[in-house]
Amino acid sequence: MGISRFVLLVFTISMLASPALSDLVLSKVDRRIYLTSHIVRISSTLEVENAGPETVSKVLLAFPDLQAQNLAYLMASPHEAKAKFKVSVVSFPIDVVKPEDMPPGVTFYSVSLPQGLTVGASFTFDVLAVFTHALRPMPEQIGQADIQLVLYQDSAYYLSPYVVKVQSLSLKLPDSRIESYTTLESTKVQGSEIKYGPYENLPAFSSSPITVHFQNNLPFTIAQELVREIEISHWGNVLVTEHYKLIHGGAQSKGEFSRLEPQARENVQGPSAVRYLVAHLPPRAHSVYYRDAIGNISTSHLRGDSKKAELLIEPRYPMFGGWRTAFTIGYGLPLQDCLYESEGRRFLNITFSSPVIELVIDTLIVKVVLPEGSSDISVAAPFFMKQCQETKISHLDIVGRPVVVLEKTNLVPEHNQYFQQWEEVRVAIQHVHNIICQCLATHDKLEASLRDLSRTGEVQACKAARKSTDGLLKELSKELKPLMTFLQSSPSAVQVLSKVEELVAKERELLEKLMAKHSTAVEAYDKKSGARDIESRIALQQQKITALRQEVDDLLEFIDEI
Amino acid sequence: MAAPEASTAAVPTLYTNNTLRNAFGGVLSFFILLLIGVLAFSIRLFSVIKYESVIHEFDPYFNYRVTQFLTKKGIYEFWNWFDDRTWYPLGRVIGGTVYPGLTLTAGTIWWLLNSLNIPLSVETVCVFTAPIFSAFASWATYLLTKEVKGAGAGLTSAVLLAMVPSYISRSVAGSYDNEAVAIFALIFTFYLYLKTLNTGSLFYATLNSLAYFYMVCSWGGYTFIINLIPMHVLLCIVTGRYSSRLYIAYAPLVVLGTLLAALVPVVGFNAVMTSEHFASFLVFIIIHVVAFVYYIKGILSPKMFKVAVTLVVTVGLAVCCAVIAVLIALVASSPTKGWSGRSLSLLDPTYASKYIPIIASVSEHQPPTWPSYFMDINVLAFLVPAGIIACFLPLSDASSFVVLYIATSVYFSGVMVRLMLVLAPAACITSGIALSEAFDVLTGSIKFQLPGVTSNAEVDAGETSSDTSEAQTDEVKAEKPDDTSKNRPLKKSKKKERELAENPPAKATAKAKAKAKAEKKRLLALPLEASVISLLLLVVLGAFYVVHSVWAAAEAYSAPSIVLTTRSHDGLHVFDDFREAYAWLSHNTDVNDKVASWWDYGYQTTAMANRTVIVDNNTWNNTHIATVGTAMSSPERAAWEIFHSLDVKYVLVVFGGLIGYPSDDINKFLWMVRIGGGVFPHIKEPDYLRDGQYRIDSQATPTMLNCLMYKLSYYRFVETDGKAYDRVRRTEIGKKYFKLTHFEEVFTTHHWMVRIYKLKPLKNRIRGKAKKSKLKTSSTSSSKRSGTKKKNPWQ
Repeated sequence: MGISRFVLLVFTISMLASPALSDLVLSKVDRRIYLTSHIVRISSTLEVENAGPETVSKVLLAFPDLQAQNLAYLMASPHEAKAKFKVSVVSFPIDVVKPEDMPPGVTFYSVSLPQGLTVGASFTFDVLAVFTHALRPMPEQIGQADIQLVLYQDSAYYLSPYVVKVQSLSLKLPDSRIESYTTLESTKVQGSEIKYGPYENLPAFSSSPITVHFQNNLPFTIAQELVREIEISHWGNVLVTEHYKLIHGGAQSKGEFSRLEPQARENVQGPSAVRYLVAHLPPRAHSVYYRDAIGNISTSHLRGDSKKAELLIEPRYPMFGGWRTAFTIGYGLPLQDCLYESEGRRFLNITFSSPVIELVIDTLIVKVVLPEGSSDISVAAPFFMKQCQETKISHLDIVGRPVVVLEKTNLVPEHNQYFQQWEEVRVAIQHVHNIICQCLATHDKLEASLRDLSRTGEVQACKAARKSTDGLLKELSKELKPLMTFLQSSPSAVQVLSKVEELVAKERELLEKLMAKHSTAVEAYDKKSGARDIESRIALQQQKITALRQEVDDLLEFIDEI
Repeated sequence: MAAPEASTAAVPTLYTNNTLRNAFGGVLSFFILLLIGVLAFSIRLFSVIKYESVIHEFDPYFNYRVTQFLTKKGIYEFWNWFDDRTWYPLGRVIGGTVYPGLTLTAGTIWWLLNSLNIPLSVETVCVFTAPIFSAFASWATYLLTKEVKGAGAGLTSAVLLAMVPSYISRSVAGSYDNEAVAIFALIFTFYLYLKTLNTGSLFYATLNSLAYFYMVCSWGGYTFIINLIPMHVLLCIVTGRYSSRLYIAYAPLVVLGTLLAALVPVVGFNAVMTSEHFASFLVFIIIHVVAFVYYIKGILSPKMFKVAVTLVVTVGLAVCCAVIAVLIALVASSPTKGWSGRSLSLLDPTYASKYIPIIASVSEHQPPTWPSYFMDINVLAFLVPAGIIACFLPLSDASSFVVLYIATSVYFSGVMVRLMLVLAPAACITSGIALSEAFDVLTGSIKFQLPGVTSNAEVDAGETSSDTSEAQTDEVKAEKPDDTSKNRPLKKSKKKERELAENPPAKATAKAKAKAKAEKKRLLALPLEASVISLLLLVVLGAFYVVHSVWAAAEAYSAPSIVLTTRSHDGLHVFDDFREAYAWLSHNTDVNDKVASWWDYGYQTTAMANRTVIVDNNTWNNTHIATVGTAMSSPERAAWEIFHSLDVKYVLVVFGGLIGYPSDDINKFLWMVRIGGGVFPHIKEPDYLRDGQYRIDSQATPTMLNCLMYKLSYYRFVETDGKAYDRVRRTEIGKKYFKLTHFEEVFTTHHWMVRIYKLKPLKNRIRGKAKKSKLKTSSTSSSKRSGTKKKNPWQ
């Protein structure tokens, strides 16, 4: 059923294929599909050429909806000769887009190139797409000792809204045992690798379904739900607790169970049961435990040195297809390994996903429990996720600890990236507040100099005062700039930001008025006009100044209250 | 040293000395008690350190599950809890059939901690409830013995109780059972009774009924209290020790205690209806009669009194006969004579094995062997007689109670090994008295022999002897500065004071007693060498006890029994098969599936696997258990029918043949046959025995080799080693190759200790029948089958 739907879909796509929407041409596409585990990784190298009259800065990637549903991770990065599927440091921003005049059943992602592609220029980059639940066991039920066969479907041609000049595809399988595969022109099998292509000059949206049926005995470990709780303690420890609900997502087990077979075949590369899991814990992890609802599970090994800690855990029983289990692992980390300080704020830098290798996570909930009294919390993560906050009352707490809850579905090991948790925006705002206060103090100085002027009539002294305050104010505004940019960037400061901006603007206005008043006064003195004359000239300006001053003070008070 | 003129001035200084010394002694004993509490708590943590913080054994799992329910749903839901996950399809009313004391205690502790924002899990609280309460129990022992023989004996018996192996066996961390709190309640109730008896205070009498109420809440063993106290009262009356204090100690307890006991749902009207309580009412009547007689005697002249007695006795006898006749008729009309099975087996030790196999099948209901006395109370067994003698010198109300307590508990422990637990506190109290008295005598005689020796030597001797004898050493230390010539009268006055403090109403006799005691002291002075040597021997005895107790706590009683460990040449082996099986059940079967197993594993299955069971360790329905026993002892087809009619989906058997785990289902199998046969007569025990011998090798009877338990235990066992050698029975099994027709193996744990089978669905019956005829199941099984069909109660 699934196959035929897929084939049908691909077929309709090719029927509906409209002429290439833009003037980009893919001059070379090299796709490698890694089917060596239950996570499907497609690494493609694209060479884009701009054949049109305009500079282009965005490239569209297309995936059929059926695949896009299972798409867990997508990344584009500049081409590197040897990069396999490493998470590279530099990556281009990718957005989901829905361009018009496109065939249905296809999801598009738009990659923003680092710089616009000028006419005639070409650019090479890598795209890594990771899919989960893309392999289907066939047959769906196997006996305990049987090998597990799975089915994979894709298109031999690269699905793209652009014309593809040259393309090739290779599929890497875990084992050389292949039940069947679609044979097209120029298909080659080399050991555990199937190669399609090269194909030349194919129009946009061309596709040709292929199906590979092969042996994959690797355990299909899927965490249906993983709750990670990261608790930061004031006392120098970060406690990580991970609650797993695992299922073996491969072919369902059928028939009679027997202890004899798993015991006899322990060392043979045999059935697909999950016997153990390996977790790479952060280095210097300590107080590791592994248990479930009914107590400690005694089958685990921890190996480690100062650079890494490897935890090998066995579930209570070997998991055959469709079997489930649930357990908890926990460990402590030294605080200085993941908590840092920057600009008066502290941030936690810790990996987002599970340390267990080759694990697909359907739903991940990360709860970061901050110390009691933390405020102005913000999260910086490399990808989008649901966020909310709650409170947890732990040991001898009075008001409870703030908890940030992050939720994401469909994760693969590539998601195991660092994310940051900021704690204090308040400091920045406080800083702004201080600067404004200093500004106001300098204003006062100016006023004072004016008063001196009216009393003593020493114009030179007044001018000197003006000069010094000018310098001071410039410095202050310089200091203010980075703070403002920081506040604009931080999401948790949004509600305060408008007020702060207003405050800064008002202050600037006030300053201008004050300067104007000052210069008129000084000018008047220079001209030696009468005191009354000066008074009348200044009076109007003075009114505005007092009104502004009032507003600034109000704003200051408001911000202070926050 | 002291000048003669000081004789008059000495009195005030003596008093200040006394108060200082008392204060010092009080502080010292407070810290000793604190340390005893710490000792009692920490000696029970071996199980947590060696294994893990986990609930032990069988019953604690049920208590844990009930506590979880209580903390989740609250007290009202708890009282009304009808548990449909056990005794399927009957269910069980938990709120009305459970002793709630332990659950409520742990629930309260949990609630208290959580409202202080100390988020401990329910499991942690449950695990540590027993050690906490054993600290309380040792403090209660101190109080009780202090009432009997003073603070020194109190401290000695408290430290003995803190580490008595018998009590440790039931109160290690994780052993979350009723006994954990009940022993504390028992001792504390006895303490309050003696306190009331010594003071005659109604305040303590009220407290006593409250303590009794707590005991009733906690354990069925409360009947021991409500029979022992009347016995003691009766003893006092008979020996002419009746006093108003005795009346105050007893009458409120019966009235208030019975009223309060009736509030506990599991007791309810049993508090006035069952024979276990009748003794207390009888004595209640007697004590009133006696009180009345004493009153009459007070207001009448002796001659008139005699007349009155003859009158009352004739009338009273007639009335009594009538009442007793009615009572006997009432009691005799009920089949068990109003006694519960367990109580009856206490009175007649052979009762259970004759009539109730289900009680007899529990190992803790068997009579103990001699070595188990040595194992469980160790040197206390030798000290007890000495303690009893010490209780008679002199015999007070309180010490007669201790004598009665030890005598009855020795009898009960001889009937049921489980009641060794009741004996342990009594043994500790008497041994504490014995040790304390011995130390008193020995240190006293050393002091008497060595008047000139510097005080340091003796103090050192006293301190090294035992920390518990420190109270005595105090006295010695404080007395040293005084002149030896003044020593004796001084001591006499002190003794008098102590006697007075303890027994204010017995002032008249106190003086004479004190004098007698002082005389005795002089007479009891032993030779110096003898006292020093016997002191050393006593210390060695104590040390031996400590070593044994620590060994028992660390090795014998710390295993949680759900995890087994063995040490072999290549390190520690852990057998965690039970939890493996329960975890498999809880994750890989439907939440409403029913699991059948022998009743031993019922509590664990409901608590750990969260699956509905047919029978569990609360053996309230004999027929239901007999049904499961019948199924296990029937051939496959008949068993399938019984299980199918009970809506069972999985059958769980415990098998130790591969690794040599002796308490498996094959070894329990005869009890299944007996219990099953008790209700369904077509199951006959001789069918399973060859010449009266239980065997599973090639000599075994065909009935045995074809029964379900045999098949489920040994299915494909031959494939492990090719010979099918059973390491528990030390023999090769009788029938090695066979197939299951109605059951399907779905899971077996790593060491084959737990095997889980699934009932094949209905459509396979035809095929199964066809196969069955091929297999040589013989005609006996088919005839059995038809018999079962008729008798199966669930069709």
